[in-house]
Amino acid sequence: MSNLVIEARGVGYRYEDGTQALNGIDFELRQGETVALLGPNGSGKTTFVLQLPGLLKGEGSISVCGLAVEKANLARIRAKVGIVFQDSEEQLFMPSVLEDVAFGPSNLGLPPEQAAEKAREILESVGMAAAAVKAPYHLSAGEKRRVALAGVLAMSPDILILDEPTTFLDPPAQRDLIQLLASLNQAKIIVTHDVPFARALAHRAVFFQAGRIVADSELETIVRQFRWGLNY
Amino acid sequence: MRHVVLERWSRSDSILHRLDARAKLIVLLVYLVSLATLRDVGSLGIAAFVIFPLAGLPASRLPIPALLARSMLVLPFTLTFAAISFVAGEPERASAMLVKSYFSALAVLLVVASTPTPALFHAASSLGAPQALVVVLQFLYRYMFVVAEQAARMWSAALCRGAKTSRRSRKQSMVAASGMLAALFAKSYQRAAAIHKSMLARGFTGRIPLIELPRWRRADVAFLGVGSIFLLSARLLPILWP
Repeated sequence: MSNLVIEARGVGYRYEDGTQALNGIDFELRQGETVALLGPNGSGKTTFVLQLPGLLKGEGSISVCGLAVEKANLARIRAKVGIVFQDSEEQLFMPSVLEDVAFGPSNLGLPPEQAAEKAREILESVGMAAAAVKAPYHLSAGEKRRVALAGVLAMSPDILILDEPTTFLDPPAQRDLIQLLASLNQAKIIVTHDVPFARALAHRAVFFQAGRIVADSELETIVRQFRWGLNY
Repeated sequence: MRHVVLERWSRSDSILHRLDARAKLIVLLVYLVSLATLRDVGSLGIAAFVIFPLAGLPASRLPIPALLARSMLVLPFTLTFAAISFVAGEPERASAMLVKSYFSALAVLLVVASTPTPALFHAASSLGAPQALVVVLQFLYRYMFVVAEQAARMWSAALCRGAKTSRRSRKQSMVAASGMLAALFAKSYQRAAAIHKSMLARGFTGRIPLIELPRWRRADVAFLGVGSIFLLSARLLPILWP
């Protein structure tokens, strides 16, 4: 199918200590689609998504927007796949919010003034324009999450990956994040334990267990099948 | 957090902050080399090297007592060697060591505290410092923060579990501290690896970009010229006219 943005076949990954984290993963994502990755801790969800922009290299084949995930294509792939990490602290490494958001566009080759302008626009769109000159360390958890997301959106990716996006967020901040994500057209992969959050954004879910995908279906079906919620 | 003070200082505004990082770096280099090679610190020549960074203090509009105090961090290292020289019967050499190291530290601190780190590294790179060295320094600087943040978190966790109130023997405390240190480095390593991954995910290719490219202005050229001539004169005049 021409509208596939991610196609993974037989993906596996073994950590240095010998732990087989992933085994025989087949996965597809279409343009504009949102999918929730559910499953117990340590089931391989994060290990899988780290392979998509080539941050981990395991077995099998992955193609992103028609490009095979291999060394020669990594720069182009990383421009297409934006990943928001579980801990925003790890994503904010520049001295000011503006510089942090401009980091990605600058690496894509935008001249400094344009990168800064793009960063200002994106900060405005996520409601963080006022924090542009602040040091990222001084932001609240919700603000850090927004800036981390802005840093990724500034690269205009085709695919957005969010790893546990609701961690550290209070309910109003979660609500704002849902609204923001719902307004974005990109294909999205959301790694989460938060079923209400997943429900608000995704119809499809994939369930990971012991490094394998054991179900790929409608979110509600999977939630019922695996009793994946607090009210079971 | 205490370790972001330098970062905060470097984002202030003053005449010194507005100067081009390359001009500051070149003048700093001239200062350090001239001072290090100055033989007779008892002569009037030393006065120029004392006045120069002291004049920079008010120009930086940063807290002067804090700058003077932080420059003393270098003294414990120098004091050891100065004490050896003093005991060996070379008191002039001992005092020269102390004066040179303190004012060198003050000059370095002034430049670092008045220049945002990315601009400083960019300046080093554009002045011909090897790219690999600049990248290593950038990571070293960033990971210092990582280790400091990690240490602060671990220390808070230890305090919450009675680290200061327990009745441990000195040996037990040492064992616990060494265990914490090992855990600190392991955790810092993991965190540093995660930061590196997130940088790669946003297209990092080995150079941290600037959002404002430096441009030489008249004030930068004037500072570079006047500063270098002043320092070189102070260093060379005593040789030319002893």
